[in-house]
Amino acid sequence: MAQHANDSYYVPHSTKWPIIGSVGMALMMGSAAYWVNESSVAPWTFLAGALVLIYMMFGWFGEVIRESESGMYNSQVDTSFRMGMLWFIASEVMFFAAFFGALFYARVLAVPWLGGEGAGAFTNEILWQGYDAVWPTAGPEDLGGPFAVVPAFGVPFVNTLILLTSGLTVTLAHHALKKDDRTKLIGWLLATVALGFIFVALQIEEYIVAYQHLGLTLGSGIYGSTFFMLTGFHGMHVSLGAIMLAVIAIRAMRGHFKPEHHFGFEAVAWYWHFVDVVWLGLFIFVYVY
Amino acid sequence: MSMETTLSHDTPAHDDHHHDKPRGLARWLYTTNHKDIGTLYLVFSLLMFFIGGSMAMIIRAELFMPGLQLVEPEFFNQMTTMHALIMVFGAVMPAWVGFANWMLPMMIGAPDMALPRMNNWSFWILPFAFTMLLSTLFMDSGGPAAGWTLYPPLSLQGGQSFAFVVFAVHMMGISSIMGSINVIATILNLRAPGMTLLRMPLFVWTWLITAFLLIMVMPVLAGAVTMLLTDHFFGTSFFNAAGGGDPVMFQHIFWFFGHPEVYIMILPAFGVVSEIIPTFARKPLFGYSAMVYATASIAFLSFIVWAHHMFTVGMPLTGALFFMYATMLIAVPTGVKVFNWVSTMWKGSMTFETPMLFAIAFVVLFTIGGLSGLMLAIASVDLQYHDTYFVVAHFHYVLVPGSVFALMAGAYYWLPKWTGHMYSETWGKIHFWVSAISVNILFFPQHYLGLAGMPRRIPDYSTQFADFNMISSIGGFIFGASQLIFVGVIVHCVYKSRQKATAQVWEGAKGLEWTLPSPAPYHTFDTPPVIDETTIAHAHSRH
Repeated sequence: MAQHANDSYYVPHSTKWPIIGSVGMALMMGSAAYWVNESSVAPWTFLAGALVLIYMMFGWFGEVIRESESGMYNSQVDTSFRMGMLWFIASEVMFFAAFFGALFYARVLAVPWLGGEGAGAFTNEILWQGYDAVWPTAGPEDLGGPFAVVPAFGVPFVNTLILLTSGLTVTLAHHALKKDDRTKLIGWLLATVALGFIFVALQIEEYIVAYQHLGLTLGSGIYGSTFFMLTGFHGMHVSLGAIMLAVIAIRAMRGHFKPEHHFGFEAVAWYWHFVDVVWLGLFIFVYVY
Repeated sequence: MSMETTLSHDTPAHDDHHHDKPRGLARWLYTTNHKDIGTLYLVFSLLMFFIGGSMAMIIRAELFMPGLQLVEPEFFNQMTTMHALIMVFGAVMPAWVGFANWMLPMMIGAPDMALPRMNNWSFWILPFAFTMLLSTLFMDSGGPAAGWTLYPPLSLQGGQSFAFVVFAVHMMGISSIMGSINVIATILNLRAPGMTLLRMPLFVWTWLITAFLLIMVMPVLAGAVTMLLTDHFFGTSFFNAAGGGDPVMFQHIFWFFGHPEVYIMILPAFGVVSEIIPTFARKPLFGYSAMVYATASIAFLSFIVWAHHMFTVGMPLTGALFFMYATMLIAVPTGVKVFNWVSTMWKGSMTFETPMLFAIAFVVLFTIGGLSGLMLAIASVDLQYHDTYFVVAHFHYVLVPGSVFALMAGAYYWLPKWTGHMYSETWGKIHFWVSAISVNILFFPQHYLGLAGMPRRIPDYSTQFADFNMISSIGGFIFGASQLIFVGVIVHCVYKSRQKATAQVWEGAKGLEWTLPSPAPYHTFDTPPVIDETTIAHAHSRH
């Protein structure tokens, strides 16, 4: 068939999945807005929206996987997918950049100004006299009460090792796939999934300790804000990445992917390396430094 | 499902296949066709243009005379806020995506966009997002009223509507990011053999760079509004000094998005004008590669100038100087563009059809907006201009006779290609002259109002400002009404016009899209076209 050759184009037929996704997304986002405004029904409609989105993903991705496995995609389609994933990850990097930016701005500029540096001298004299701007801080009014920070070289360090190891195992899985060694592929993939979920479990444990024993909460001033928003969004991305890896592992078990053609695997691996790199930034700038 | 129905065939026998092109509403809901999706974007943005425009009419009606006449101040604030949100995110941006959808595949010799299913999704998020945004006007709290920039702490004091605005902005951002990814993948991956990067039409180049800007800054806006949301509902202190945060930090993050955003709205306009002027001057674009590099330079500079929106907020002197000089530097590549457009027209064999009229008006009036921008860039004098009608005049000059005129120019330019019929040149010209005159009556007096000290976003004003405000409002009403002519011309062209368009449409038109019949077939190129010097618009300027 002509569509298989690279000198011709592949254009998919019309599809119902995007509009289903839009309905799901709108239901979810609208419900979220009602939810924060304390509507009692909203959590349920939110859930309904999430289920519609999940249904959409199963349907849409399933269709793409079937098309891919039946060899309908030529190398041009493959390149489009690759570019799509790369630029999606670029947008994710910028999302995290906003929160890292907030962290750096607070640490380098806002907090020292509150402590009387630079043009902030009068703030320190008049508004919050004697506020000692030392990071970590919950601000001049010590919002959320006294707290202690999570020590870097405890659970976070273990989590760093876990994520770095998982980066290695996913690469080993990739090498196995390229050599068409299915057993090793599935083995290393499952190991990566396991490491991912262990990371998330430890992160949850760390949050419980922070809330119950350290007095560190989302409301602990700028430190709590940046700490939980950065690690929280990262944790959500790790969870998502681990689910994606699990899907890839199931697909590998079903005999999907070929040594020369496995974009789905690579996309997830790229995503995994991306959450890995974000974590390194977090470990250095949130925990250690 | 058999493979026969799964694949799109471009042989005539399959063109009307029911899986290819469902009928009725389903066609539009399920479509993966770049032309259908382009049409959806354009119709949607036109609708939003009128909704946002009617809000502007309310604003101008209230400002017709001093004193409170028609609306409560609270509602006035909702109108200014919603007018901006709708015009920026609902009218101008989706209109450009509509143009991208229609034209990019035809200009680079591709069958469609690179990711057609995602293309459908990026459009169909928008009607939901804007329904959500507009629904806030009917809530007890009313719509958002803190200005489209959503500065805290004021925006955090909004009522029920606040969360809806945040989530609507999230949806618009998701839509924009998916649209941009599609544009980049299409341009980088689907060019026909021989369509090298430096042979691409300028509109393709400007959209490639715009898409890059969108991917870089829309997630930052998402981050900013997320921080607002958590500050409001979940007790974080990003913008609360008592907790060690800083409300000014929001302005930094917002404008890191916001400044590239204004180039997102104008770069495709540069592209369209760079297509139209050579056609009607019957000369290749002057300085093609300089135009490409100028666009890239503007995009780069747009990332390092954001704090010029914040000179009065207070920043270290070095910061003010840096942002001032970096901003003024943008005048250099922009000047390159303006001189190249003028040089393209120089000694050209010019005719003045409606697209050309709008394009020339763009060059003149956008330049006025650019020059007032240069004045605003000077940190010391910005202390006087900031938050006055001078700023309002400035950004409306670059957005209305800038972006919107370029959109009009592009619409008239490509309408025959899209519909297969010529629009009414007489009514097009009437639309142009009424718009071009009234837009100046509308916005030019606002420069004087601002220099005299009239603050923006205020429903009432001192009587000394009365005359210019009345003139401005009259211009506004004429401009608003004259856009109905535009709708009339489009409706006539689509449904009534009997004058068939040729493939080339315009005598001087060059480029791949003009090699296709008018209307362009549902599927553009089933096999890659041959690209040679004759099909390249700027062929003569290259060796």
